[in-house]
Parts: sequence; structure tokens; C-alpha cells
Amino acid sequence: MLPMQEVFLAIGMTIACTILLSLYRAVLGPGVFNRAAAVNVIGTKVVVLLVIVGYIFERPMFVDIAIAYAALNFIGTLLMSKYLERGEVCSP
Amino acid sequence: MIETVVDVLTTAFLIFGAFFMVTGAIGLLRFPDFYTRLHATGKCDTLGEVAILFGCMIYSAYHGMPFVVFKLLCIILFFFIANPTGTHAIMKAAYKTGVKPWRVGEERR
Repeated sequence: MLPMQEVFLAIGMTIACTILLSLYRAVLGPGVFNRAAAVNVIGTKVVVLLVIVGYIFERPMFVDIAIAYAALNFIGTLLMSKYLERGEVCSP
Repeated sequence: MIETVVDVLTTAFLIFGAFFMVTGAIGLLRFPDFYTRLHATGKCDTLGEVAILFGCMIYSAYHGMPFVVFKLLCIILFFFIANPTGTHAIMKAAYKTGVKPWRVGEERR
């Protein structure tokens, strides 16, 4: 019988601290590739944080938002890397 | 009895995943190069997030939320495919535009 609300709260605060640590690299990182990689990392961490927040507030609908955010983050990362590689997004 | 076992298993998976996520964030801060930073985050973050979601899946399965278990399983499978793909795409873009790898003795960048 562990106090699960407090456990989820502690894990959520730890994930928020790792997001702050990654935000340093996203703001100050030298070059655009460091920033793109840090934004990708922050997005994947935010997906897990959304699931944990759903358990803290006892509302399972946060998992749906997490699925949508994971898909959007993946597409955004692929498009950004393709744009940085070729200088354009969609070409024949 | 079973509830205690489920709570301890969930807490163990959550702490395991949180440890790996903290390790990945420290690697993203401290490594000297772009490629080594992606090496740290691409593996540590995938394992940590999947461990945390697996712990949440055990908790939901005991407390009677089957649809949440299915959605969390979908997120886990998506992470296993999407996270290495995104890392590989960024790394390939950086390599083709001429970012040099770091060698021993050079300056950190």
C-alpha cells in the first residue's frame, strides 16, 4: 500500500526537471542541429509527462492527448531534419 | 497483498525510467559534440520513457482500465519505432551538411 499519488507526483517533478535541463541545450546550443535534437527530446519527454499528469489528476483522457502529441512531434522532427538537409521540404 | 505487489512493481519501473531519463539529460548537457549528444539521448530516453509507460500500464491493468492499457501499448510501440527514426534523420541531415565529428584533444562545441 504505497501512496501512489505522491509517487506519480515525484516522478512528474523529476521529468519536469529533466525538461528544464534539456531546455538549456535548446536555447543556448551551438548551431541549429543541437537545437533541433533538444526540441525532439523535449517533445518525447512531454508525452510521458502528459501520461503522468493524467494519473495525478485521475483523468484517463490525457493519454489520448499524449498519442496526438507524440505523432505531431515525430512528424515535426522528420520535416525539420529534411528541411535542414535539403533546403526545401517537398520536392519531386 | 496483490495491490502491494502491483504498487511496488509500478514504483520500481517508474524509478528505473526516471533514472535513465535523468542520465540522458545529463548526457545531453555534458557531452562534447553533436553526435555524442544524440548518442546519449537516443538510447537513454527511449529506454526510460518505455519503462515509465510500462509501469503505468501495470498500474492501469490492475485498476481496471483496459482501454488505457491498449493506448499505452500503442504509445510504447510508437516510441520504439519513432524515436530511433527521428534520431537517425537528424543525424543524417547533420552529416550531409558537413558537421564534423569531434576528436580527442579538440575544443568542445
